[in-house]
Amino acid sequence: MKSIKNHLSLVIALLSILFSIQVFFVVDRSIDAYKENLANNYSVIAVSQKRLSNHDILSINKIISNVEELSPDSVIKRLNSNMQSKNVELLKLSLPKFYKITLTSYPSPEEVSRLTADLLRNSSITKVENFSSTHSTTYKLLLLFKNVVAIFALVVIVVTLLLIFKELKIWQYKHNERMSIMGLFGAALWLRSAVLFRLAIVDALIASFLAFGIFIYISSSPWVLQQFSNIGISVVIFNPLEDFAILLGVALLISTLLASLIVIGHKEEV
Amino acid sequence: MDKVIIAKDLSLSYSNSETIINKANFSVDSGSFVFITGASGSGKSTLLKSLFGALKPKQGSLVVGGVELNSVSRSKLNFLRRHIGIVFQDYKLVKEWSIDKNIMLPLIINGYVKSVAQNQVDKLLKHVRLNHQAGKHPLELSGGEQQRVAMARALAHNPILILADEPTGNLDEYSSELIWKLLEGANEQLKTTVIVVTHNIPQTLNVDYKHYHIEYGSIHEVN
Repeated sequence: MKSIKNHLSLVIALLSILFSIQVFFVVDRSIDAYKENLANNYSVIAVSQKRLSNHDILSINKIISNVEELSPDSVIKRLNSNMQSKNVELLKLSLPKFYKITLTSYPSPEEVSRLTADLLRNSSITKVENFSSTHSTTYKLLLLFKNVVAIFALVVIVVTLLLIFKELKIWQYKHNERMSIMGLFGAALWLRSAVLFRLAIVDALIASFLAFGIFIYISSSPWVLQQFSNIGISVVIFNPLEDFAILLGVALLISTLLASLIVIGHKEEV
Repeated sequence: MDKVIIAKDLSLSYSNSETIINKANFSVDSGSFVFITGASGSGKSTLLKSLFGALKPKQGSLVVGGVELNSVSRSKLNFLRRHIGIVFQDYKLVKEWSIDKNIMLPLIINGYVKSVAQNQVDKLLKHVRLNHQAGKHPLELSGGEQQRVAMARALAHNPILILADEPTGNLDEYSSELIWKLLEGANEQLKTTVIVVTHNIPQTLNVDYKHYHIEYGSIHEVN
């Protein structure tokens, strides 16, 4: 029981840090997936006085992934009932050309402005419709969501680190006496601190494997998968290899740092 | 005869405080039994601390077991301490360890194989008459029993020098007698040098000893 208590305080603190980090990863991935989704549905319309080749438009800005010329037929269809076919052809020739420009990724408002300016720099293009108002609102909402989650994760990490530092004081008190006694009999530093590092590493492993279990469960939960499917995105909630390696690395780093601080702060008491 | 301890003009003090031991000159022969007495606060324990390197000399020189303690490196100090057994008045046992593990500590530090160390612990537990308490933790034992554990730990690795700071200070008669017999035995049978800081020298001791007395910061031999 006492042994479980010894481990529990650090394991819980480490687990909350790992949980915050993984939640941030999931949110980041969700936002990226959602942005990709938005990028597929978002396009800019450019109006040109003369026909431009796809290459001409693609070379204007690297963010442009595809160009599609819009057919004027739908507009002319509404007018042509009383027009002779010859006049319709003439009208077609005199109408400006409309291009639907799709992009490689969901752009930031700055990228939209830059793209608009780049397009208008072409003398043939007279107008660009970038739907900036709708785009900007969606983008800012995504950014806000990401920032709120990042701040939340940061606050959790800071608070938990403060708790860990309090734990450090308790550990320091608990281990100082044993380390001093071992020192009196000539134990080398590595031997005096071996118990401490073993405890720190075991706690890091426990916290990492608990986080692994929790996120494996979450990532296979039908309810969670349904939520992502509802917003039309597919996200890797937990990558058992990469994410686990990161979480294990963070847990080991924090716990061994904690142990090192205790060893550095140790003063021999006689 | 070889000298285990040589102090020349040794002065000791804690940082920024007055000198506790002032220009002491003394030496201890290998295999001898030495008592250091003095009034409370005279500096007996301070002197003992300096002998295992817990307090550096302020002035003069102090050589213990051939190691100059004025400017000793940590690794050399560890090496010296591995050949010293220390007994404190407050026992200094690791509370979260069993008494067996406490006794085993110097053996582990000295690199003994676990089975050999365990045999030695079993022998020592019998020797200090605590074999029936094996596996227990220090706080489950009486003060006298804890001191016997500390004594067994000090003897475990057959040290060249045993330093004991008021080892029978608060003990019952039975434990006190046993502690003195163990110190006597180590000195006579193993030729271990024993230095004991105490208020009273026991009358029942059957060993030749040297007696130093500390008064007003100076050490002098009592005949």
